[in-house]
Amino acid sequence: MEHTAKAALEHGHKPDATVKEIWKVTGILTVLTIIELVLGYWMYASKEMGDTSKHFIKGAIIILMMAKAFYIVGYFMHLKHELRNLIMTIVVPLILFVWFIIAFLYEGNSYHNLKNEYNGYYKERNEQKMEKKEEPKEEHKEQKKMD
Amino acid sequence: MTTTTATTPAKYWNGGKSPFNVEYGKLMMWYFLMSDAFTFGAFLISYGTTRFATTGWPNANEVFSSYPFKPEGSSPAPLIFVSIMTFILIISSVTMVLAVHAGHNMDKKGVVKYLILTILGGLAFLGCQAWEWTHLFHEGAWWGRNPFPNSDGTISTTNFTNFFFTITGFHGFHVFSGVVINVVMLIMALFNKFEQRGHYLMIEKAGLYWHFVDLVWVFVFTCFYLI
Repeated sequence: MEHTAKAALEHGHKPDATVKEIWKVTGILTVLTIIELVLGYWMYASKEMGDTSKHFIKGAIIILMMAKAFYIVGYFMHLKHELRNLIMTIVVPLILFVWFIIAFLYEGNSYHNLKNEYNGYYKERNEQKMEKKEEPKEEHKEQKKMD
Repeated sequence: MTTTTATTPAKYWNGGKSPFNVEYGKLMMWYFLMSDAFTFGAFLISYGTTRFATTGWPNANEVFSSYPFKPEGSSPAPLIFVSIMTFILIISSVTMVLAVHAGHNMDKKGVVKYLILTILGGLAFLGCQAWEWTHLFHEGAWWGRNPFPNSDGTISTTNFTNFFFTITGFHGFHVFSGVVINVVMLIMALFNKFEQRGHYLMIEKAGLYWHFVDLVWVFVFTCFYLI
């Protein structure tokens, strides 16, 4: 219970400053989300966009996502104002994600390449067009029954 | 006392003071959330792996292009509904911080007010998700069923819907439990439980959980709807 009484004083801001900070972070999160949405819509709307620029925009969206995560964890969850010891016990284990993401996406990509190189059936099947939206529903059901 | 701890970091582990300066429950909530982050991380990374291993993939903008009361035959409206959901969750996160802040000031009225707003936000989000799931179900999508072709028109796999329903479902379940926790907090606040204890630390723990739910949505939203 000591912590509560101190909490406001602890970080040197007065109660009003805390509320101000909350609204500032809200504004930042809103702006970041809007930028994300604009980028996402841009990707959808422009028909002649190449793959490279698409990847570039996706990268930008991921950076914005990380920024949002930082503001939520740092300010809303108050981690930025905790003691360094606590921050480290939370953040250091999360570094595992760097390996986790790189290793598994690499693995997925490798599987994709192998299938396309050695599995002719897979490759051929990927070139078949799906029939019109309405029909597959029934066909699917029939297939299910037959199975 | 806190000022001295802040200036002499070397003495944290010499005993006599709390090295993390948070109480037990809050620290354990952090560790729980860390483990939960790995659960969600594993889900999202398996989704990413599958997507990397698959040639074609449905275009999210074509799949999620509707909203309630959309006029029949009007042009597809991608991102609109999901951005509303995102903002609902961000705003409910803000009201939760304000509830925690009111708790710091021992302001019962403020805690009750902001908790009610947070609960309403959570329920609104769950309502949106229920609508979206129902809508997709009527379009023929469910676990094991995917009516949406890949973006280039080729036959898609059911991975798309399986991952979508599993991950948003798991997240929705977290939102639901967050709402339940917040309702419990509201009842405790109304019955003066925290006034009797002399502190509102419990609200902080509930708040951490609720922000985490919002945090996960940031990732789910980006992975499923944007990229």
